[in-house]
Amino acid sequence: MKTKKAEKTVPRHPMEELIRSERLPHIWCAGCGIGTVFGSVMAAIQKSGYDLDKTAIVSGIGCTARMAGYIRLDSFHTTHGRALPFATGLKLARPELKVLVVSGDGDLLAIGGNHFIHAARRNIDITVICVNNLNYGMTGGQLAPSTPFGAKTTTSVTGCPEEPFNFCYLAAACGAVYVARWTSLHIRRLTNSITEAMQKRGFGFVEILTPCPTSFGRRNKIGTALETLKFYHERSVIRNDIDPKEAPIDFGSNIVVGKFVDTERPTFMDNYQLSCKNRIGDWPDFEGTIVPENQAG
Amino acid sequence: MADKAVLTGTYFMNGDYACCEGALAAGCRFFAGYPITPATEIAERMSRRLPELGGIYIQMEDEIASMAAILGASWGGVKAMTSTSGPGFSLMMENIGLGICTETPCVICNVQRAGPSTGLPTLVGQGDMMQARWGSHGHYEVIALAPSSPQEMFDLTVRAFNLSEQYRIPVMIMADEVVGHMNERVVIPRREEIELVGRRKPKVSPHDYLPYHPDPDGVAPMANCGDGYRIHITGLTHDERGYPGMDEKTQAQMVNRLIQKIVGNRDKIIRTENICLDDADVVVVAYGISARSARHAVRDARSGGIRAGLIKLETVWPFPETLIRDVASRVRALIMPEINAGQMVLELQRCAGGACPVHLVSHLGGSIIHPATILSAIKDAIKGEK
Repeated sequence: MKTKKAEKTVPRHPMEELIRSERLPHIWCAGCGIGTVFGSVMAAIQKSGYDLDKTAIVSGIGCTARMAGYIRLDSFHTTHGRALPFATGLKLARPELKVLVVSGDGDLLAIGGNHFIHAARRNIDITVICVNNLNYGMTGGQLAPSTPFGAKTTTSVTGCPEEPFNFCYLAAACGAVYVARWTSLHIRRLTNSITEAMQKRGFGFVEILTPCPTSFGRRNKIGTALETLKFYHERSVIRNDIDPKEAPIDFGSNIVVGKFVDTERPTFMDNYQLSCKNRIGDWPDFEGTIVPENQAG
Repeated sequence: MADKAVLTGTYFMNGDYACCEGALAAGCRFFAGYPITPATEIAERMSRRLPELGGIYIQMEDEIASMAAILGASWGGVKAMTSTSGPGFSLMMENIGLGICTETPCVICNVQRAGPSTGLPTLVGQGDMMQARWGSHGHYEVIALAPSSPQEMFDLTVRAFNLSEQYRIPVMIMADEVVGHMNERVVIPRREEIELVGRRKPKVSPHDYLPYHPDPDGVAPMANCGDGYRIHITGLTHDERGYPGMDEKTQAQMVNRLIQKIVGNRDKIIRTENICLDDADVVVVAYGISARSARHAVRDARSGGIRAGLIKLETVWPFPETLIRDVASRVRALIMPEINAGQMVLELQRCAGGACPVHLVSHLGGSIIHPATILSAIKDAIKGEK
């Protein structure tokens, strides 16, 4: 009876049904941006209205990948870099599932880079959330494929000698049907983007720039979590619908965010079903309807 | 109407194709793979057969992805497999470990070629036997089978799926190039004659379900993704809830159970074919294509008046320790032919425990072991005793 009384007085957390509260406290550092993104992911899942029993989260290894352990959904914390091929198998084997992949930048685009380009090319119907904190946070701050040129990490103490990827440009080039970038300050836009990406049929990609004060910030001029967020607030410029090639993350001038790609094309499953019915068609299609541009009109 | 999944009948078929038909007869409806000699024919046939059956064939970007994809598919509730050879098997190791740790049923067929590295891509080897046992990091038990003919490629692939579902473990079929490429008579039985085992489902509500709480046989019932159980599955050391536990107690409990569910059931898992053991002076212990040569040699030895016997290993891991210990105590020698520099023979020696001499007939790869070589080893063993 006592517990009943307690339930009445403690207000329910709006995300209660989606959090494995028995697993708290979480592992994330004070000031980390992953918690904010986690909140947006859960809000988007609630907002999108999918059956929670048919929604699954797949992750690899890293700070972001630990989201899978805190969400009360079918959730799979797999091997480093391999969330996408695991998710590919899961989605194709059980197409009625809504499958999300949550991943850090190193997990998704260094060790998992090959899987990323192929999952996007195949247009596997999954939503990929990439938390980009510019370094490997869990292992204590090593350079990643996202680390800005010149930034200091534990494996680049005199400054990172490599140029980083522009993840959104890469995703678009590989054929993602939805591509957006936000910072962990753009909570409302981020939540909307994740919802939109989930509602797309095909490979959706949402990148979120977040502070990593423990591993990255303190070694670089970007500073504490609050200072990083202030920096993102001052430098972020929203440019929806531009070619992501023109949207690099340039810490010296502007950080371009926005929704860059929102398009349609057949998913892997659409085309696989055609191939099962032998309806893919001939290649090259000499009698097809494609007219070379210089002969058109 | 013809049964499209189980192609009942008698065929002249190669081992790779027979492996596919075994998988499909066992209910496999998901294949992820990457082309590699001499296993490519498995992927090729799967790419044609699975679409006819409403299944999925996907050619992944590498073997790492193939292994990850079949784990994902298995959690989706579908029987899944991949096939490969040495270099691809090496790439699969990390995710085989994930499959063992998360107790994910699936089947990996390794059509072995000679290594190390690229080695002899088109020629036979048996050099991955210890890799099958220990190739992924950490300590665990595995199940591996070794077919010695196209017919056994069919039969043992069916059994591999049954064992994987029953014990929730990736099962390895350790075939070889000759068995994979050889054409022989393959009899595919009628569907009702094929015994199939499916994974045990939870009998409790999602609220009461513990993903890694085992039944008395050490195996936990498995909820699939999407069944409403909202499971959390991780490759981290985990407790019965599936939640990470970063301490030695959780580690000991998890690893012990992973080991015990195989060790405790090994009498049900291990199968051998025992030929002329009762009066044998010398026993050849062999697996895969080398068991074919051994059978020939044992027959020739018997015709020449030598009391030879054969233990043909259908299950190579777990190893038939009890049987070997018993046989070693009453024979004059054990002989193992294998196409490597001596792998399973180490296990044979361990189990023989010094009760009798153990001899290796080694071939380093590129050809099968000629029966005459094994026969002469049998003769030498007899002579050596006198």
